[in-house]
Amino acid sequence: MEITLGHYLTVAAVLFTLGIFGIFLNRKNVIVILMSVELMLLAVNINLVAFSTHLGDLVGQVFALFILTVAAAEAAIGLAILVVYFRNRGTIEVEDINMMKG
Amino acid sequence: MLEAIVFYIFSAVMVAAAVMVIFARNPVHSVLFLILCFFNAAGLFVLMGAEFLAMILVVVYVGAVAVLFLFVVMMLDVDFVALREGYAKYLPVGAAVGVVLAAELVFVLAPWAFSASVPEAIAIPIPDPGQIHNTRALGLVLYDDYAYVFQASGLILLVAMVGAIVLTLREREGVKRQSIARQVARTRAEGTETVAVKSRQGVDV
Repeated sequence: MEITLGHYLTVAAVLFTLGIFGIFLNRKNVIVILMSVELMLLAVNINLVAFSTHLGDLVGQVFALFILTVAAAEAAIGLAILVVYFRNRGTIEVEDINMMKG
Repeated sequence: MLEAIVFYIFSAVMVAAAVMVIFARNPVHSVLFLILCFFNAAGLFVLMGAEFLAMILVVVYVGAVAVLFLFVVMMLDVDFVALREGYAKYLPVGAAVGVVLAAELVFVLAPWAFSASVPEAIAIPIPDPGQIHNTRALGLVLYDDYAYVFQASGLILLVAMVGAIVLTLREREGVKRQSIARQVARTRAEGTETVAVKSRQGVDV
């Protein structure tokens, strides 16, 4: 039984769909939404690495590294905003985040 | 055969952990399942031959990001039971979007094939792992062809660090702090006073 590119792409697609599903399901809990975004970024990384190793092109792994960097920065900023928001409002419910009425 | 078994174990545990991230009642459990998910993704990366990225995934995600999540979850005094309310309300919408997205991904994945010109488009071929291992090969590309992008990603991390500090730093009222500059700048004149005590009168303190 040969593990092909399609296997990895399927796993990544399942993971990405789960991330989207998590965002819609946990509409109130911002922390779980951030974790779902991390799951989606991980799925994208799996896709990049799978194509990179399947095609024999190293650039995919380089860009997976950059995505990892951006994901770490995003998590840090997102959690900092969350902490400030909780300090000001005493809740992290997404539905309450409407002060800017955007 | 062994590769297939390892692949299915890693991917099954990863998908199960991702499901538990979404459905776990306690956010601390969600974070722990996220860590499990990242470990299994690192295993998949090793299986694909990207060892350096696998180790970076463990170090950066499990060591930094997931622990950051854990700290925030534990420090915020949130009523997580209240956050679970309205769960059933969003389930149909979420399921609908998930099914639509999954169907679209199937439509993309099923009839898809590589173009004939793909082998010519390969920018940097992966060298023979026996000669140059993965970490060295990545370093040769990263610090050479992608030096500016690498610097830019470092800048992004710096901005994120400064931003996170600026956002969360606060000056609280009524907290006594040590001011070393003031301690050092203190002179004898402002600290002591010489009083000539008169007999039977004492001093006002």
